[in-house]
Amino acid sequence: MTPAIELAGVSRLFGAVRALDDVSLAVAPGEFFALLGPSGSGKTTCLRLIAGFDRPTHGNVMLDGEDVTDIPPFERSVNTVFQDYALFPHMNVAENVAYGPKVRGMPGPERRRLALEVLELVRLAALAERSPAQLSGGQKQRVALARALINRPKVLLLDEPLGALDLRLREEMQIELKAIQQQVGITFVYVTHDQGEALSMADRVAVFREGRMEQLDAPRDLYQRPRTPFVARFVGSANVVEGELARRITGVARTFAIRAEAIEVLPAGAPAPDGALSCEGVLEEFHYHGATSRCHVRTDAGPVIAAVRPEGSPAAVTARGSRVRLVWSREDLVPLADT
Amino acid sequence: MRAIARFLYGRRGFYLALLLLPPLLWLGIVYLGSLFALLMQSFYAIDEFTARIVPKLTLATYRQLVSHPANVDIILRTLGMAVAVTLVAAVVAFPIANYMARHASPRMKAFFYVGVMLPMWTSYLVKVYAWRLMLAKQGILSWFVDQLGLAPVLNAALATPVIGGPSLASSYLGMFIVFVYMWLPFMILPLTAALERVPQSLLQASADLGARPGQTFRNVVLPLALPGFAAGSVFTFSLTLGDYIIPSVVGAPGYFIGMMVYQQQGTVGNLPLAAAFSVVPIILIAIYLSLAKRLGAFHAL
Repeated sequence: MTPAIELAGVSRLFGAVRALDDVSLAVAPGEFFALLGPSGSGKTTCLRLIAGFDRPTHGNVMLDGEDVTDIPPFERSVNTVFQDYALFPHMNVAENVAYGPKVRGMPGPERRRLALEVLELVRLAALAERSPAQLSGGQKQRVALARALINRPKVLLLDEPLGALDLRLREEMQIELKAIQQQVGITFVYVTHDQGEALSMADRVAVFREGRMEQLDAPRDLYQRPRTPFVARFVGSANVVEGELARRITGVARTFAIRAEAIEVLPAGAPAPDGALSCEGVLEEFHYHGATSRCHVRTDAGPVIAAVRPEGSPAAVTARGSRVRLVWSREDLVPLADT
Repeated sequence: MRAIARFLYGRRGFYLALLLLPPLLWLGIVYLGSLFALLMQSFYAIDEFTARIVPKLTLATYRQLVSHPANVDIILRTLGMAVAVTLVAAVVAFPIANYMARHASPRMKAFFYVGVMLPMWTSYLVKVYAWRLMLAKQGILSWFVDQLGLAPVLNAALATPVIGGPSLASSYLGMFIVFVYMWLPFMILPLTAALERVPQSLLQASADLGARPGQTFRNVVLPLALPGFAAGSVFTFSLTLGDYIIPSVVGAPGYFIGMMVYQQQGTVGNLPLAAAFSVVPIILIAIYLSLAKRLGAFHAL
């Protein structure tokens, strides 16, 4: 099957800065694909190259098998939902949504009908005559989505679309976006710096760091089998254990990751089950969050290891300064590539 | 000091009134008061025999203003010039403002700001007289046009009735050039400010939705720049309507409103007619602003 989007050896240089460094990836038609990374990691540059707002210094961008590297945005079958929504302030909601068909020459009554139809999809038909200034953040977000969807693009690009919304609205919109994507069946490329958002929504996630793609995997693989210390920390908030501490625990000085919720916190000297790995240290911090509690333990070798325990786990040690034993199963250890 | 601060804190209205009083007095008495006195004059008339102002309310002066074909000519000539100057200033200013607002590097932008403002540091009279020399028959402009081999074009322009004349310095065309030059900064600066306020993402969104650059310009840039055009055109329009120095130094001998005001209140001593003439630009600008408002120029503000 021809990929909906393909980047082949794409780099984007700004002077000496490599905003994007030799990235190759392919997105399947209908896929919900997330670009995840901290700010400045190259994910937005990647999106801009797909949209056509920017051109790669090296490499090619293909849409549906066709090389579009030199094709301007207005000739690409790609639409974008902008981070700041970019709604036209001098047009009302319906006119904003009908803008795509308008510049493509669709007559007035027809494009208005189509706009109302798409507004129905995002449940905003009642606000068609409002001006963007009269909308809330979530409503603006939906108008931007409707405006991008009306052209029936092959690919929809979303640039941190929920970044400006408050937490509850963000969670609602995540569910709604995912539902809309399944309903319209368009390929979504979703840029975010929120790993929870990427894991919960995407079919596959590409993790970016300093212009390079670190790992491309399905959310569960990414979470359970990170390949680099960066992915382990950024995606799973996992402990990355290296050097002397790794040698003390496993016998070899090879870097590995261990997820905080896989670690049990026992009183010092408690017997560990057969085949389990363990180390001892002092409980430095204990934070109660309700469903879970978070412990920071200063190991005897120096580095701090974080453990997250569910509410009601047995033999919980909570007093700061107590000596504890951290225990986890050998299967939970994920060997990492050293970088 | 502390006592005063304590007293003023929490008495917002009093504090604001204290701050506003001097400028309001200035605006109210010195500015609006004298304007009102001037308007009052236009409702008086002059006694034809004694040449004395009769302080009795009458519309006779306005009747005189609109019943004399020569006066109507002057108004139409001034209005035509103001409209032409405004339109051309807008067309010339747009590319410069667009470059300054969206494409220039910070350095280049500073350079352009200085370039646009610098001529305003020079005396207005010096510039007008310099232009008369440049536009003269043997002046640098016609020499330059000659060097380019475009003399026939200039001659054809000068041979055109109404706008032409013996030389650029003594034609409406030359006057028009000087007007556009003089008021161009007043169009560029508000237009640049308006264009700077248009977020880049709106232009990207337009292109993203399939609009070619021309369509983006028509549908997004132009409507959002309209308040800038409106602000700039109020300057170019009203400055042209009221100016009396450029028409008397450069251009054909026909009278303009400003010259008429100057002459009527000075040489002739017909203060009521001068006042009536100065009411004309006020009315024209009021009409212009209401038209601009109806066209939605201030919607995007």
